[in-house]
Amino acid sequence: MIDASQVIFLLSAGLIVVSAVMVVSVRNLVHAALWLVSTLFGVAVVYAVLEASFLAVAQVVVYIGAIAIMFIFAVMLTRRDLLSKSEQTNANWVWALGLAAIVFVALAFIISGYGASLNRLPAAMPEGYDPISALGNALVSPEGFALPFEVASVLLLAALVGSVYVALNKAKE
Amino acid sequence: MQNPWIYIGLFLLIGMLIPVAPLAIAAFIAPKKPNPIKQSTYECGMETVGDSWVQFKAQYYVFALVFLVFDVETVFLFPWAVSLNALPVFVLVEGIIFILILLAGLFYTWRKGMLEWA
Amino acid sequence: MNFWTDPIKVLYDWLMSLFGGWGMAEPLANTLVTLLGIVVLITIALVLDIFLVWIERKVVARFQGRLGPNRVGPFGIFQPFPDIIKLVIKEDITPDGADKVVFNIAPVLSAGSVIILWAVLPIASRIYGVDLNVAALYIIAAGALGTLSVIMAGWSSNNKYALLGAFRQVAAMISFEIPMVAMLLVPTILVGSMSLNAITQAQVDGVWFFWLSPLGSLIFAISAIAELGRSPFDLNEGESEIVSGYHIEYSGMKFGWFYAGELLHAFTFGGFMAIFFFGGWHGPWAEEYPLLGAFYFVLKALFGYWVIMWVKYTVPRIRIDHMLAFNWKFLTPLSFALLIVTATVHVLMRDAAFWLYVAAMFTSNLLLGWLTVEILRSYTREKREAVPSAAHH
Repeated sequence: MIDASQVIFLLSAGLIVVSAVMVVSVRNLVHAALWLVSTLFGVAVVYAVLEASFLAVAQVVVYIGAIAIMFIFAVMLTRRDLLSKSEQTNANWVWALGLAAIVFVALAFIISGYGASLNRLPAAMPEGYDPISALGNALVSPEGFALPFEVASVLLLAALVGSVYVALNKAKE
Repeated sequence: MQNPWIYIGLFLLIGMLIPVAPLAIAAFIAPKKPNPIKQSTYECGMETVGDSWVQFKAQYYVFALVFLVFDVETVFLFPWAVSLNALPVFVLVEGIIFILILLAGLFYTWRKGMLEWA
Repeated sequence: MNFWTDPIKVLYDWLMSLFGGWGMAEPLANTLVTLLGIVVLITIALVLDIFLVWIERKVVARFQGRLGPNRVGPFGIFQPFPDIIKLVIKEDITPDGADKVVFNIAPVLSAGSVIILWAVLPIASRIYGVDLNVAALYIIAAGALGTLSVIMAGWSSNNKYALLGAFRQVAAMISFEIPMVAMLLVPTILVGSMSLNAITQAQVDGVWFFWLSPLGSLIFAISAIAELGRSPFDLNEGESEIVSGYHIEYSGMKFGWFYAGELLHAFTFGGFMAIFFFGGWHGPWAEEYPLLGAFYFVLKALFGYWVIMWVKYTVPRIRIDHMLAFNWKFLTPLSFALLIVTATVHVLMRDAAFWLYVAAMFTSNLLLGWLTVEILRSYTREKREAVPSAAHH
């Protein structure tokens, strides 16, 4: 018996897989970036089906609103003539394919190990339960993930400093 | 409670379909008389020179990077803001430290001159 | 319960019994009524949009000492209809070298990214699409789709001006998103929820958040104007240099959707300003009579829209380096400083008497604003004094 959420899941899974293949196979880099957007959007739909509201909007805000835009900016900075002439694959593509197949089989093996628990739908949220404040509590309370929360900001700082450093070196050349 | 995202999904679908309707009507009733001059790229009446893929300032990319970092930061801050009411003062200090660390990053970028449009 | 106290529920029950009477199963009838509700809500938004065209043209004419549309109907109020007919029967030109698929998706996405904002808009106490618990972030997510549509339009047109306009617009949108999100965090902290319904409800029994965060509402208004790409931040259009920006190659109804989307976006942001800082639909008797609340909401949103127009037709366009410096060196640090101040005062004063809490919030905002002005003043004085002395040497 298939219900509506499974239909939506199958549709979005199809969208994710098809657009992921398109990302790596189209020649036009801007098209690749746009297909990437559709992949990321499909993932957001999966979160939404699972009622992970915060993850769904965060996925769209961060991945589509920031990372995809940054990719397109980066593509625009490159020269067009370099893009159309270069080879899409190099001699190692067979090895890459083999490795990907091994990873896929390993993942499928691990997931099938969970067995029946995967077929069970998660329990409905209790009445009056606010998942966002529960997430907030877990994120900032000292018994929860307070330290990783702070470390995340240090990580972001490191990312910013690193990118500025790289850009500075480029500017000097 | 029903998943609110079903409603949003339907809204998204209809919201994207309704703008298509006038375009479809226009496709039927609007005249179609293409010619090479009409379809040429508009550049204030001059003949276009070169590719439209012009070289952009690398500065755009730097701003996108800075934006990305702050975007992720604000996404982290929303759960903090929601749960601020119910938790002890200690949590407030945590959030402030979080913001200050990232502002330090902004000032570093500023001092290094990466926020200049030069 | 009657129609005036809960119109949506009454209509819903009536339709359900009607469809049920036709022998329809309940889930199917429910879905059908929901779909109908969505279509009606979007239609209302778009009809409003049509009249926004008239309002915009009338107001800009008044600002410039002209009459504006005055031929079709009383005060030219039916002018938008001939406009629409003209847009639909115009030839649709796709320029050479355009990327056809992306070129056609962009205007639809642009209009759609604005329309979907109406799903979470609490128009009145019992009139809203859905009460989403992450609505504040949902607004930003819809904005991300808008940003994407701009870059798609600019790139696919195969036009230098279009691409330049798109790049400027996207740079503005992503930059000013940061202070805007920071200011969305202010009502979130005050209420402890991201739901727009909860944020409005919190202002019904209390004071409007404008009095708790006057500086916040100002920063939100400024960054909203930039996010909308309206003057003084309309350098994406820059008609004197890049003619019309990212939609330069669009004609007919495709251009129409960019234009309609822009106007509806501005109105919707007027609505968000009302929700976050001016009590939403709140007003006398709005709680009992939702239709009255909807009237107040539209009135407040129109006021916000009018302020946006007022700014647009008063101040000239600024340069891109000034715009980005204004955001990153002034607005972003200020908004995070305000966020820290708001959170601190809110947490420290939450157990104090209510009037004391409000007074502390208001005063802390004023103090921060005054401090900012003083810092700016001393900075510009330094700059001013540095210039002549350099000239003497």
